[in-house]
Amino acid sequence: MTTTAFRPYAPGTQPLNDTPSYRSTGKRHPVQPLVALPTGQTATELLPPHFAAARYPASADLSRVNGQEAQGERIIVAGRVLDEDGRPLPHTMIEIWQANAAGRYDHPLDTHPAPLDPHFHGAARVFTDEEGRYSFTTIKPGAYPWRNHANAWRPNHIHYSLFGAGFAQRLVTQMYFPGDPLLELDPIFHATPDAAARNRLIAAFDIGITQPEWALGYRFDFVLRGRGATPFEDAA
Amino acid sequence: MPHATASQTIGPYWHLLEDKDWTDLTRFGAQGERIALTGRIIDGDGALVTDACVELWQASPAASDQWDGFGRAATDKQGEFRFVTLKPGPVPVSPGGKVMQAPHISLAIFARGLMTHLHTRVYFQGEALNAQDPLLCALPDTRRGTLIAQEQAPSLWRLDIVLQGDGETVFLDV
Repeated sequence: MTTTAFRPYAPGTQPLNDTPSYRSTGKRHPVQPLVALPTGQTATELLPPHFAAARYPASADLSRVNGQEAQGERIIVAGRVLDEDGRPLPHTMIEIWQANAAGRYDHPLDTHPAPLDPHFHGAARVFTDEEGRYSFTTIKPGAYPWRNHANAWRPNHIHYSLFGAGFAQRLVTQMYFPGDPLLELDPIFHATPDAAARNRLIAAFDIGITQPEWALGYRFDFVLRGRGATPFEDAA
Repeated sequence: MPHATASQTIGPYWHLLEDKDWTDLTRFGAQGERIALTGRIIDGDGALVTDACVELWQASPAASDQWDGFGRAATDKQGEFRFVTLKPGPVPVSPGGKVMQAPHISLAIFARGLMTHLHTRVYFQGEALNAQDPLLCALPDTRRGTLIAQEQAPSLWRLDIVLQGDGETVFLDV
């Protein structure tokens, strides 16, 4: 059996855990260098968890609870999950969570004095189809303050978690919205050194996804690590 | 094609995803040696990390409809995570191959203040294969122990994770 390892991330395209402008990184980032596996990636890194569809029901609509419409601007987010060689990842799980239209999470630790919405919870799970496509309906999340620095506000964003085809492809990220003036001020957005890599976290407005008389559409593609060019031969 | 999408922190509100059932990997009926794995997460000041998301993934036993091989736990007010899982057997270097690593579990640590998750491993004190495991053998004596869980009571294993500073856990570049 031959399994091809996932290739390393391109320099500068991933954020640094030591990002002083994001204060919470200060005491949480390792100071020792990361240790490379002497064998390269092994079964532990190359294989994925198994999420049987029957045990993980999908829910592609965050915009209502018990049939009641949430407050805010209804949007559709759609796109594909691909690897760095453009190969789609079919049937992969995407978890989604976000604040409501007022910028408040339905979470006990969120004390921002903005209203909760009884018709918005803000968590969902979808799977990609055969061609790696996904889509869901939600409410555009609001900006909210945080205590990182004076007058700090997070830009509008949606959180995502993806699993991919091997645990080394695991990705947790945030998607932003075009034209948001808070992006330039956000240390989390700026923790990724490469400007092109950062800007790929911004969704694109898409009139083709927009549904008349219903919801604005945004396109956002996820790219997971590609496979290396050199096959990893079984030493057995 | 563009490069891989940049990671972003999981933040303090990831518990919207939390399902406490996911801490028990045996919940779908998988059979094997049931163990509990617990530990706490400590930052560079020795403070407890109480808002972390700890993900557990193990390639052994092999995945099936009764066994995802995956769990997720929140750290609590004491900075503790706790899983119930099956004790892994030896893990092949290459999937399906015959060259083995010592039994181990993979942990991924996500938290506010971590822009990208940290990968580490949990090995088990007393396993004969530990002496030949490629990763354990490559680590200096002073750091190897940060990856080896101790059995506190029958079937209760513990490994604390130190994000930074004295006794810093070995984190992996995968």
